Amino acid sequence: MRFHSLALPLVAVMLAAAPAQAKTIEVAAGGADANEKLQEALIVAQPGDVVELGAGTWQLTDGLSLDVAGVTIRGAGTDANGSILDFTGQQGAGEGLLVTSDDVLLTNFAVINSKGDGIKSKGADRIVYHQLRVEWTAGPKETNGAYGIYPVESSDVLIDSVFVRGASDAGIYVGQSKNIVVRDSIATENVAGIEIENSFDADVHDNVASKNTGGILVFDLPSLPMQGGHNVRVFDNIISDNSTPNFAPKGNIVASVPTGTGVLVMANRHVEIFDNVMEKNGTANVMIVGYRYAHKDAKYQPLPRQIVVRDNTHGTAGFAPAFEGGAAIAAAFGGSIPPVLWDGAGEEVVVLDKVGVLSLNLPDVATPRSEAKPSPADLSKGTPPMALPGITLPEAMEAKVK
Amino acid sequence: MKRIFAALAAALLCVGGGATVPLPDGKQAIIDSDAIPQKLSAFGLFPFGPEAPLASFGYTLRTPLFSDYTDKHRFVSIPDGKKAKVLADGTIDFPVGTVLIKSFGWPDVNGGRPVETRLLIHRASGWVALPYIWDADGKDATLALGGRRVPVTFKSPDGETHAIRYAVPNKNQCKECHSLNGAIVPIGPKARNFIFPIETKRTRSVYFANPEALKPVIPQWDDPKSGSVAMRARGYLDVNCAHCHNPAGSASNSGLFLRWTDDPTGVNYGIGKRPTAAGRGSGGMDFAISPGDADHSYMIYRLESTDPGIAMPEVGRSTVHREGAALLRQWIAQMPKDGQKPAS
Repeated sequence: MRFHSLALPLVAVMLAAAPAQAKTIEVAAGGADANEKLQEALIVAQPGDVVELGAGTWQLTDGLSLDVAGVTIRGAGTDANGSILDFTGQQGAGEGLLVTSDDVLLTNFAVINSKGDGIKSKGADRIVYHQLRVEWTAGPKETNGAYGIYPVESSDVLIDSVFVRGASDAGIYVGQSKNIVVRDSIATENVAGIEIENSFDADVHDNVASKNTGGILVFDLPSLPMQGGHNVRVFDNIISDNSTPNFAPKGNIVASVPTGTGVLVMANRHVEIFDNVMEKNGTANVMIVGYRYAHKDAKYQPLPRQIVVRDNTHGTAGFAPAFEGGAAIAAAFGGSIPPVLWDGAGEEVVVLDKVGVLSLNLPDVATPRSEAKPSPADLSKGTPPMALPGITLPEAMEAKVK
Repeated sequence: MKRIFAALAAALLCVGGGATVPLPDGKQAIIDSDAIPQKLSAFGLFPFGPEAPLASFGYTLRTPLFSDYTDKHRFVSIPDGKKAKVLADGTIDFPVGTVLIKSFGWPDVNGGRPVETRLLIHRASGWVALPYIWDADGKDATLALGGRRVPVTFKSPDGETHAIRYAVPNKNQCKECHSLNGAIVPIGPKARNFIFPIETKRTRSVYFANPEALKPVIPQWDDPKSGSVAMRARGYLDVNCAHCHNPAGSASNSGLFLRWTDDPTGVNYGIGKRPTAAGRGSGGMDFAISPGDADHSYMIYRLESTDPGIAMPEVGRSTVHREGAALLRQWIAQMPKDGQKPAS
């Protein structure tokens, strides 16, 4: 390892600010100080360097962090024979791995059983999450960490070919970020499979979101530094059998997601849901609602606006609506409620899919749910918003996953 | 001769003063360079052992950050002839070449000798944070860039014995707390909290361009005579939380902002604030602060936990600060339940 020179006593190692020749720093699992050596490698790495994790398991007691731009962390695989960062014995830090620098690539390793979030990146522009496994191996438990993959406050985010299981909030959560692609990934047995929250410009496509409480969520919440979420496309995903009973700690917004939700849009502007296959979601394949909690944020927009649902394939849905009064409505509808559910408040909500829509006919977010007057609704007559152009990421990011 | 004087001064001033003598020849150059020495002795700051460095002055804080009941000894080394300046917002602009020196230990561990010493060095390229752990013989300390867990057993002021694996932070964790818009900055020494334990007008005027601006306003968190419960709670939150919980800090995305200058009645101060990304940290509760009801305020739940998926702060605490949490409990209990305006 190149950084062995640091171990020489009394030698003042010069860490030049200018990028030296990119190098590979190999770190091995096992042995004394394996954890410290891994963290030190993440500290002494220079822009352009690769920190290469050998095959094996690190039994980590503390969170890891990377704060050097342009570094790649590359493992030897995500399965049992790959590179596994095991946080079962974690004693400190709010996440397993924290990245706070730009232009980082994380690829081909696993993070398991972190006490808080799995991998978090904050203010880390152009980050690429590629071929990763983040898992709480005992499956859904309220004591699992909140988010699996958690980029926040970042511009240009690519999440590609990851597997996330067991998060007690969202498996893949992108918050307060811009220009986002989540694709070719699997989110299963989380409370929320994939969640785009308080973010602008996102494409969520070619993912499988199954056996979560809710498959894919597009949310906007008040009183946060970045809000007014908009321009999100959810397409070409398989969103099926999201039937895991909600195991989120109460108080968190996802604790209110009904079990059996396919796609849930709350308080966003311009969301397109198309070309997905959605089935076996017991509450609804698609749910469109306002933010119904009291808030004091004058700038916050609690209603969904400019939402279009088109060209999706719907299997069975609505056979076990897990919200108050849902069973009675289902009985009135002959056993199942229609696959698309709207709470009735919002603007330009357009559903072109040839399936039934149930409206709760709540005129605004202030009207309590107890005053719902559910009835079938035809939302096909409205004009959908002009199609969004789709997300383009910087070429250098795409090149990293080719 | 100077060094002998320094040793005497160090012994006399002990924790309070440090020793006002120049660094040995060549050491300021190492401080100013990009060097990251393996041994603390390379800086020449500790010629007399761990207790009293060569420093311009020592300082303390009206309300300190809680770090597992450690005693902290704080010193500043400012290059000869240069001065610090208190800025309009109360932060202190230290000149390039300054070293903030902070040693951590317990009175009943290693005979009170520090376990670790952290340096915050102001170089031309910005501030650099370096953690050093004292060697077993106490003669020198060794760089711990990757951090380390050190097993220690100590008694807290209430007499309880704690056996913990104390976390010396790694270089990145230093920055997690010391970060403002992604750059490292000092946290502790701010005019509103900064005090000289040994007051000399000379120290003030030698090392500060505008010493009259050093006017501490934050009350002493554990001294009821220094301020109301609410004011002391606000001081405690400013010092223990606001280095991350501010719009340019590590917790900017949380929307929870706890600076001394923030509106203590607002949602963004936690009053009626729902969890954002708290996960298990919500403890099944709806609000960070539920006025009048500390048991249903997850701010308290997080401060009273040591589980890394729950605990706040996320870094630097392996024990619960019972006395600090009690102050915040008292503050929340005093808030009227209906109105959301805390008692002042």
